[in-house]
Amino acid sequence: MALPVAFFGVFFAWPVAAIVARGLKADGTWQFGRITDVLAQSDIRHVLWFTTWQALASTALTLLVALPGAYVFARFDFPGKQVLRAVVTVPFVLPTVVVGTAFLALVGRGGLLDELWGVRLDTTVWAILLAHVFFNYAVVVRTVGGLWSQLDPRQEEAARMLGASRLAAWRKVTLPALGPAVAAAALMVFLFTFTSFGVVQILGGPTFSTLEVEIYRQTSEIFDLATAAVLTIIQFVAVGSILALHAWTVRRRETALRLVDASGTARRPRGAGQWALLGGVLLTVVVLLLLPLAVLVQRSLDAPDFGYYRALTKSDGGVFLVPPIEAVGNSLTYALAATAIAVAIGGLAAAALTRRDAGRFVRGFDALLMLPLGVSAVTVGFGFLIALDEPPLDLRATWILVPLAQALVGVPFVVRTMLPVLRAVDHRLREAAAVLGASPWKVWREIDLPLVRRALLIAAGFAFAVSLGEFGATVFIARPDNPTLPVAVARLLGRAGELNYGQAMALSTILMVVCAVALLVLERLRTDRTGEF
Amino acid sequence: MSITKKATVLAVGFGLVALSACGSSDSDNDSGGGGSKTVTLVSHNSWAVSKSVLAAFEKESGYKVKVLEDGDAGQAVNKAILTKDNPQGDVFFGVDNTLLSRALDNGLFQSYEAKGSDLILPAYRVDENKHRVTPIDTGDICVNYDKAYFSEHKLDPPASFDDLVKPAYKNLLVTENASTSSPGLGFLLGTAAKYGDGGWEGYWTKLKANGVKVVDGWEQAYNEEFSGSAGGKKAKADRPLVVSYASSPPAEVIYADPKPTTAPTGVAEGTCFRQVEYAGLLSNAGNSKGGKALLDFLLTKRFQEDMPLNMFVYPVREAAEVPQEFTKYGPQAKDPETLDPAEIAANRDQWVKSWTSLVLK
Repeated sequence: MALPVAFFGVFFAWPVAAIVARGLKADGTWQFGRITDVLAQSDIRHVLWFTTWQALASTALTLLVALPGAYVFARFDFPGKQVLRAVVTVPFVLPTVVVGTAFLALVGRGGLLDELWGVRLDTTVWAILLAHVFFNYAVVVRTVGGLWSQLDPRQEEAARMLGASRLAAWRKVTLPALGPAVAAAALMVFLFTFTSFGVVQILGGPTFSTLEVEIYRQTSEIFDLATAAVLTIIQFVAVGSILALHAWTVRRRETALRLVDASGTARRPRGAGQWALLGGVLLTVVVLLLLPLAVLVQRSLDAPDFGYYRALTKSDGGVFLVPPIEAVGNSLTYALAATAIAVAIGGLAAAALTRRDAGRFVRGFDALLMLPLGVSAVTVGFGFLIALDEPPLDLRATWILVPLAQALVGVPFVVRTMLPVLRAVDHRLREAAAVLGASPWKVWREIDLPLVRRALLIAAGFAFAVSLGEFGATVFIARPDNPTLPVAVARLLGRAGELNYGQAMALSTILMVVCAVALLVLERLRTDRTGEF
Repeated sequence: MSITKKATVLAVGFGLVALSACGSSDSDNDSGGGGSKTVTLVSHNSWAVSKSVLAAFEKESGYKVKVLEDGDAGQAVNKAILTKDNPQGDVFFGVDNTLLSRALDNGLFQSYEAKGSDLILPAYRVDENKHRVTPIDTGDICVNYDKAYFSEHKLDPPASFDDLVKPAYKNLLVTENASTSSPGLGFLLGTAAKYGDGGWEGYWTKLKANGVKVVDGWEQAYNEEFSGSAGGKKAKADRPLVVSYASSPPAEVIYADPKPTTAPTGVAEGTCFRQVEYAGLLSNAGNSKGGKALLDFLLTKRFQEDMPLNMFVYPVREAAEVPQEFTKYGPQAKDPETLDPAEIAANRDQWVKSWTSLVLK
């Protein structure tokens, strides 16, 4: 517990507090009057309103589209399932600029919807909502589906034997068990969309603005730190209340469940209804997720005999000092390190949070760990500048800092994915093992680990994806001859000329493949002791 | 997307810590400004230099150059100001004329007259009594046009700001958000220079009525909406006019395979706003001696002639040669609009605010 707290305090709480204080303190006195000044501006209130409602709408839409997907991935077996599960996570790692490109192929001019029905959604709020679904589909499928696949189907069957209708059995047995995972997924989607930045900028055009965009503008462009500080506080309060609400609703529902090994719960669909459901979900995935990605691949192949890919292996002396292809290795190195840190810190935190003797303070920490997802990035970044700028906090092992920062965002994923599963482990199992003379470590290894291993891998996958798609930090820390994939893509897109554009598309494609393959490998990581219950 | 961005910024923060930690370790023991063998350049994401040119400097001067890229131009300047008491490096490169006053007013730089300052073309010289900054490069923000579109429609491309509001060019122009994009801001400042503090709003009202489209950033405007770029062709873009740079057409030639004999795009020469980028020695630089050497290097003929093909900008030093692609496909505007940095500083935020409510609402 101490380690996650320290990590969180040093790398998050302190810098944020420092920058907010810098903005609100003029000549040594606090200017709390600024808060009412800012709130009195009608355009700020408008931004706040838009931010909230689009986040709610995006979350609802994502759940609506993705929950059937979670069911299908959890309960059905079909060819290519594992590959598909990895592929739906790919949107997660793509730089927003690239996603904008891809997504316009679906909803923009001459896009699929335009061709079919003459519908153009770009620069409407629908484009934003759909893009949020595109990004967050995997969040729901992975968090909810992960737990769902471990619920024992026999419980529902037993209820049916006792005379419950199919719907009633699902409502009374499965739904309550799934509740916490659904709530956790909804919370994450809400936090992402509430603090959405790139998607809103690119697809909404400049007419739509979220709090995050506004904070960025005030900090980076206008340099009005006081307004930025006020907006940060507003966002903080909003996110804090959401987290509190979430913690309160979930805690009342998390109960021990009977978890079984996931490999035994999925089977071939039976009957027309199930096949139709499977078909419907696959169609959604193809249109909403694969089509935009396919556009990128197609554009990367637009030169004769892989010309753009071949160009990647030459250093042009301009944008990079090394061939862009070397970015793959850099990206993987950072991602592996970030994943290890996030899993270690997040795992420790999750384990501490599930202990029965966890007091109120510890439980409150659960919500705190989510805050990095809900605080403006630019605030934290500027906070570092002024908070952590001298020894004793001597962080000279430079390259590890990138993964450390990425881990800060990865940790909430790990905690959120593991908590529902860990809390669902029946305490009596642990107690029984302890009575039989097992050491705490052995209890964890024999009881908890087999049950949470799956959640752990899913969480690691998320942390990995977060890190892989991370953009810009390495530009900053490493030398320009050390770019990661998203950094390289952004640099190429930032210049005119066909070869640059083509190489950006080719690198984006490589980024997708690297991500999908990495996730596949993670999913296949089976310790050879698959617990049979 | 927000999470990766978040991680980025966090990481950037960490980086700062690390670097400032390194920086201080390098330089704490030589507050006299000598001795340290590393010199750190803080810049924005567009910084680029040829390996051989940088290596030559390192070899001749004996300094190892560390480069820190600190986000986009605006962000990099703001971060430098925030950390000016304990800076992340020795030299800052990349503050342009739209932000220059903010940097100077906040005391970001200390005086140093770089070697070769006397060779800077007079048009670009600023701050000549204090020498807090040195001009390094210049570029023009201009409307680019898609040649194919205009020859197909037997229409002359626009040549001036006035042309852009004519009915013939209705719904053809795409520009960037002035509050988040540097070319977008440059174009707004160009109209403010041309029509004056009282007149630019009227011009934009006409431009809006003539169907100007505004998107958030240059990448999107150029690669998605502009029909003359490679990306735009693939995206079936339908805007043949875009606010970009005078050096974009040469890039379209240099980065094409096979290279065409003429550029696919051209520059509307009467729509340009001149940007100048400056560098300076940071006020509390740990290695001021190395910083001075680095500033001298940025003005050498070798570096000035290396810049165009790396950063797509023009040199400020007289008699520095530009590659022929530049002279052939993207000649510098003869009479670009300019504004005094002090005037920009006085009006910038107000103009952007008015522009936002006028054009975006």
